[in-house]
Amino acid sequence: MNKLFRFPGGLRLAGRKKLSNTTTIRPAPVPAELTVPLGQHIGAVPEVLVKVGDTVGKGQMLARPDGYVSAAVHAPSSGTVTAIESRPVPHPSGLSAPCVVIRTDGEDRWAELPAPISDWEQRDPAELRQRVREAGIVGLGGAAFPSSVKLNPGPGAVVEDLILNGAECEPYISCDDRLMRERAEQIVGGLRIIRHALQARRCTIGVEDNKPEAIAALREALSAAGERDVAVAAVPTRYPAGGEKQLIQVLTGREVPSGGLPLQIGVVCHNVGTAAAVYQAVVEGRPLISRVLTVTGAGVAAPANLEVRIGTPFSALIEYCGGYTPEVDRLLMGGPMMGFAVQDDLVPVIKATNCVLAGSGAEFPRPAEALPCIRCGACADACPVSLLPQQLYWHARAGDFDKTQEHELFDCIECGACAYVCPSQIPLVQYFRYAKSEIAEQERERKKADLARDRYEFRLERLEREKQEQAEKRRKKKEALRRAQEAKAEGAGGEKPAVDKQAAIQAALKRAEEKKAAKARASAEASNEESD
Amino acid sequence: MRFFSVSSPHLPPINSVPLMMRRVLYALLPGTALMALFFGYGVLLNLLLAIIAAVAGEALMLVLRRRPVGLFLGDYSALVTAALLALALPPLAPWWLTVLGTLFAIVLGKHLYGGLGYNPFNPAMVGYVILLISFPREMTLWPAPAPLLAEPLGLAEIWRGVFGGGITATGRSLDALSMATPLDHVGIELGLERPLGAIKQDAVFGVLGGVGWLWINLAFLAGGLWLVYKKVIAWQIPTGMLGSLGALAALGWALAPDTQPGVLFHVLSGGIMLGAFFIATDPVSAATTPRGRLIYGAGIGALIFIIRSWGGYPDGIAFGVLLMNMAAPLIDYYNKPRVYGH
Ligand code: SF4
Ligand code: SF4
Repeated sequence: MNKLFRFPGGLRLAGRKKLSNTTTIRPAPVPAELTVPLGQHIGAVPEVLVKVGDTVGKGQMLARPDGYVSAAVHAPSSGTVTAIESRPVPHPSGLSAPCVVIRTDGEDRWAELPAPISDWEQRDPAELRQRVREAGIVGLGGAAFPSSVKLNPGPGAVVEDLILNGAECEPYISCDDRLMRERAEQIVGGLRIIRHALQARRCTIGVEDNKPEAIAALREALSAAGERDVAVAAVPTRYPAGGEKQLIQVLTGREVPSGGLPLQIGVVCHNVGTAAAVYQAVVEGRPLISRVLTVTGAGVAAPANLEVRIGTPFSALIEYCGGYTPEVDRLLMGGPMMGFAVQDDLVPVIKATNCVLAGSGAEFPRPAEALPCIRCGACADACPVSLLPQQLYWHARAGDFDKTQEHELFDCIECGACAYVCPSQIPLVQYFRYAKSEIAEQERERKKADLARDRYEFRLERLEREKQEQAEKRRKKKEALRRAQEAKAEGAGGEKPAVDKQAAIQAALKRAEEKKAAKARASAEASNEESD
Repeated sequence: MRFFSVSSPHLPPINSVPLMMRRVLYALLPGTALMALFFGYGVLLNLLLAIIAAVAGEALMLVLRRRPVGLFLGDYSALVTAALLALALPPLAPWWLTVLGTLFAIVLGKHLYGGLGYNPFNPAMVGYVILLISFPREMTLWPAPAPLLAEPLGLAEIWRGVFGGGITATGRSLDALSMATPLDHVGIELGLERPLGAIKQDAVFGVLGGVGWLWINLAFLAGGLWLVYKKVIAWQIPTGMLGSLGALAALGWALAPDTQPGVLFHVLSGGIMLGAFFIATDPVSAATTPRGRLIYGAGIGALIFIIRSWGGYPDGIAFGVLLMNMAAPLIDYYNKPRVYGH
């Protein structure tokens, strides 16, 4: 896998990494209060195991995964649970979400940890997956997908290529760079565990060629570990080379099918930080309670890379880095291309927080007034997915969402390359997000309408049935009356019990029918509640 | 602390419409200078008149359409339209021709369709074609190139000619000063059944192409290449256009060397480089998909060859561009790039 391929489009961006990547990773202090969101990952919210007033030890499980795609959450330090409630979390829409709030006791006392697994090579992959799952590890590159799921290729699937993503293509961010330089042996250790779990045939670490020190450190760690079967590929520095799909394309020349998973083409991709976390979970028994992240931008006095407890408020990190500069205007989680603006700096660091970027007005000026699209096609030339952003924009703006889907809106990775080159300064990505959410909304509405229709039809059916039942009842009554009269007329008494018996059967049947109808009604109402 | 919030990306755009348009104007400078050198002050007067008319027309339309005048006047697009039209017009054109053409371009070609970004046709070429159809005689007023003039035309003389109803200060009529362009000349003389070899000996021909035109085209080519380098224009359109014109010219020359003047004559005559790099590449009215642009350019080249060889007009750039403008949406529709993972 030495030959490299190209992805279309892409950008050359000023790295701005020197701001933060010249000093070593430092541990950030434990704050007085930690706010640990329960749902920090893609997938189901885990089930809470503690209650208010509980004393917790560092590394103690606060919530256990609920469902296959889910991740555990642990106490980042020791202390007391003071609240389990909804708090603002870092999210593009400024959402609040359930969090476990811990008042730390300053002792940072470990809870009892699961036993280290030093002989992982002899262990069954399922056991290692279970460990990763219990350690609460999610993709640390920013996507936060539960890693245990990505360690399970499933029966019969063969993993041709295991790729470690150390590209880190977004400007400003340098936490993976520092991690690779300083903890290469952990990354390599994690890589070997992951490879064992996946039984992957080939193994490559992809690093952008603007990080020569990281590449050298990884190569050294590999040879120190006696690992000759892993390649470190220096991929050309071009945004978004670190996008999972793009990195796979660069390293293998293959494309992940639209709407599909890399596994379908025999590839699994993990972030280098995730590999280090896997190493710690397996070999040291440590759950994921902290992560390395970059605090940077012209809006903060002393940019740095820090090892930060999950749940630490952004404001505490900024303070630790010397506070804001007077020029600060925008606070981002993530990089300047794909990160999102947070409105309030009290939100906590979560597992997906790879960067806290305090930008000045000069770095990130307020958007200018957009001009009409001049169809210059610069956006299409820059798109790494070969979309036609101007067409998508045109249809999204017109509210013609079917057309946006015809133009493969859902293949857009929201990298922002198109908006960056647009001479008319159109906020293209914003339109694409809007279209996506509108389509999702329509889909929900459609489902609801389907349900309402089902209910309506069910009701009509029920009314019809009731009418028939009434008619039947009347008919039966008449019949019975007629027979009674006939019997009377015949003057014989032997027939009567037969009539009674038949009436009794009819009555029993009717009761059963009614019961069934009532039950169906109840279940229809219940399912309606679920969808609301 | 609370912060400003907006959708990603947060890095500001690197490009802007005014910047692109200014670059187009810069890139026009070398060719314009050479045109002025070979064809006199008339070239510059045309430019001046067109610019004034364009700015006035644009401002007026923006006011009428209740659009932000400052924002849109600041995009420089009206200046580009004005410059392209002015450079396509004959340097001895009377003032009203230039003004009228520019107003047609701005009002009809651009604003009646919805302004910047909405015009399906290249506005400068709309103006040009209306003039060509309405005032065919005035549209031929090209002076002889400077090297062929016994006595160069002074500014005062041109000024009087342009503003004074066609008679210059020395009493010469503009008609008398004008001379068929090489393209015209070939067309006319071939019509008279003179052999091509003899026609090519005529004074209006220099080394390759017509006198002056070789250098003018090379200057526009240089400006155009700079625009490609700066990514202001896409390389596919000029490549497609010059490629197809060159290929057809070569084919024609191979099949009928007596009537076909050959590749170099075709690609270095008239406003070919201006057309290929500056006119056909108007983003709004061109195709936008990568392969679509090649096809679009090739279509223009083919139409130019057809019109030059068999059409009633000496040059076919304007018609070629407008016809392909019509086809651009269709071309784009059938040339969508393959999306990742499909
Ligand atoms: S870059 Fe902007 S102006 Fe150019 S085609 Fe795309 S959306 Fe339109
Ligand atoms: S944001 Fe979407 S459309 Fe724009 S360049 Fe990235 S992938 Fe293409």
